[in-house]
Amino acid sequence: MSRVSVPCHVKGTVALQVGDVRTSQGRPGVLVIDVTFPSVAPFELQEIMFKNYYTAFLTIRVRQHTSTHTPAKWVTCLRDYCLMPDPHSEEGAQEYVSLFKHQMLCDMARVLELRLILRQPSPLWLSFTVEELQIYQQGPKSPSMTFPKWLSHPVPCEQPVPLLEGLPDPSRVSSEVQQMWALTEMIRASHTSTRIGRFDVDGCYDLNLLSYT
Amino acid sequence: MLQEESDLSLIIAQIVQKLKGSNLYAQLERQAWDSLQRPEIKLESLKEDIKEFFKISGWEKKLQNAVYSELSVFPLPSHPAAPPEHLKEPLVYMRKAQGSWEKRILKSLNSMCTELSIPLARKRPVGEQKELLNKWNEMGTDEPDLSLFRPVYAPKDFLEVLINLRNPNYESGDSLSFRTHLGLIQVPLKVKDIPELKEFFVELSLTTGQLGIDDSTQVPPELFENEHVRIGQKVLAEQDSAAAQQYIRQGSPTALRAELWALILNISSQPEDILYYEQLKTNVIQHDLLVDSLIYKDVKLTASNDDYYFVFEDYLYQVLLCFSRDTSVLSHFAYNSASPPKSYIRGKLGLEEYAVFYPPNGVIPFHGFSMYVAPLCFLYHEPSKLYQIFREMYVRFFFRLHSISSHPSGIVSLCLLFETLLQTYLPQLFYHLREIGAQPLRISFKWMVRAFSGYLATDQLLLLWDRILGYNSLEILAVLAAAVFAFRAVNLMEVTSLAAAEAVLADLSTLKVMPLLQIFLFATVT
Repeated sequence: MSRVSVPCHVKGTVALQVGDVRTSQGRPGVLVIDVTFPSVAPFELQEIMFKNYYTAFLTIRVRQHTSTHTPAKWVTCLRDYCLMPDPHSEEGAQEYVSLFKHQMLCDMARVLELRLILRQPSPLWLSFTVEELQIYQQGPKSPSMTFPKWLSHPVPCEQPVPLLEGLPDPSRVSSEVQQMWALTEMIRASHTSTRIGRFDVDGCYDLNLLSYT
Repeated sequence: MLQEESDLSLIIAQIVQKLKGSNLYAQLERQAWDSLQRPEIKLESLKEDIKEFFKISGWEKKLQNAVYSELSVFPLPSHPAAPPEHLKEPLVYMRKAQGSWEKRILKSLNSMCTELSIPLARKRPVGEQKELLNKWNEMGTDEPDLSLFRPVYAPKDFLEVLINLRNPNYESGDSLSFRTHLGLIQVPLKVKDIPELKEFFVELSLTTGQLGIDDSTQVPPELFENEHVRIGQKVLAEQDSAAAQQYIRQGSPTALRAELWALILNISSQPEDILYYEQLKTNVIQHDLLVDSLIYKDVKLTASNDDYYFVFEDYLYQVLLCFSRDTSVLSHFAYNSASPPKSYIRGKLGLEEYAVFYPPNGVIPFHGFSMYVAPLCFLYHEPSKLYQIFREMYVRFFFRLHSISSHPSGIVSLCLLFETLLQTYLPQLFYHLREIGAQPLRISFKWMVRAFSGYLATDQLLLLWDRILGYNSLEILAVLAAAVFAFRAVNLMEVTSLAAAEAVLADLSTLKVMPLLQIFLFATVT
């Protein structure tokens, strides 16, 4: 299924913390990232993709466009999705993650704004966030081809010609030929990627020093 | 559901692509062509009939083994947006650390090259080629002057790098707090604890028969050993890799071990493989590499001095010199955090068409590298088969023991697992050793890097390596290291210096591996 990237504006992360951020000792364990789509009309969200950086749990809230005059409300579409099974260890800490429409709790038909709520309960990490955030919507469906009329509206079958003696059944022959054609197409499409095994260049392996780049 | 289906088809596509270039594919094609002569293959149901023929003639089993082998070796396909270096190693700081370690090794090799004025590679003159060909089976008798060569690095240099490994996002204040690790490794990787290890190694439990315990002379063979051997023979007759891997978790009978390992690693000696080995031998004869001298030095320093392995000295040269020329090893760098060193043909610096890897297989041997091959010489006597087994063991397991990665079987995780097990279950011992300046990892690191080769008696080592193959993981090395400390805990509590602690743990040749593991995992009171 094709998908199209939606240009989004990711606002700076806001830390949620009790008390004054400057004076208190601990680091915030909850961050909020707002994602707006200034130049795009309300769209249907297909996929959210990002690279994790030490976030343990993710909650996503979405504000959708409503046709009536009621103001759009925030709805939670993903609750406490676990990115790191053990928040104190490195497992899952820098993985690439994709979240799809079917994993969401609500319909994502007319998305106006997204709010990502990141949680990292472990005090071991200095910072946490998500990077390379990308939002995708459904791509255009493949253009419908116009079939020639005789293909889409076949004429009704004529009376089959009576089989001549000694000739094979035409429908059986055609199915066999179809199968063989399919096999030859498969062979043509395949190619190998084996190495040849030569380590020298035209028989010469006279080297400089090892390079550091 | 959608996601799992697309993941599965991605895995299938990847495996098919890999197998297309293999010998097996050509053989299956040939078999399919030949089978067209058979009367039961009909044209209209060609696909089904050939599939049925493969099933009956055992070729489907070979294909199954090949697919199983691919699944065991290659990591699952990652996220489509992940770049290739993410597949090698997902954590950025570990990639950087591996990069700087490699740079150090390259600098060391380059300086050795310039100091000794020896080229990295040179073509042998014809006379020298003839001489080497004649001496191929007795290269051990050669006594070249290797006094100026030194190993590029030793395990203890690598340990220092691992000790200094830090995650920049990790809170590690100057003062000791709950965040500081008490051991030497300071990165918070996820390691298994004993309940998880008990589940993972469930076939080693007290109620399951083991070779290494239940085949000792006091135990009548009817209780376990005879039946186990019978099942082993059946597994070999079926030629099923997955069944062999499950079977070998309880140990392999000595008579069946060579074949079982070959089955699990999916090695079958075809004429093409013997030809490939001969080709590598020709490459050795034609070109002389600086790395060859490092290999010679390593074999002379380690295996030749070992009571068990000195007889195999010639085999070791035949395997390791060919290994350095084998470009098929380069494919394992897709999932190894390390990268092969690069160089350019003389006079063509910077031109990509003249860029080559050095050595051709991309692996620079370190002090003790030859000990990975030595135990295999007990099992395989035919050089090309010995070579294939070693190469497969290297690209599946041994490479993880000397590269910096976050993989659960990587050396960093093994060190952390060892230290965590020791701290959790022998806290007094750990504290005592730490107080006297004898951090336990300093002693056990060399055991784990060499997979205990050269430290245990050979029969015990082979029983240990049975389990590495059976569980497709190196974690058992860390568990054994902790079990050895637990076994000698009483003596260790009385030592007062690192040297004395080393002396207590210097000789492991009398240890029996399986009872130690069983007691540590399943019989220690927690």
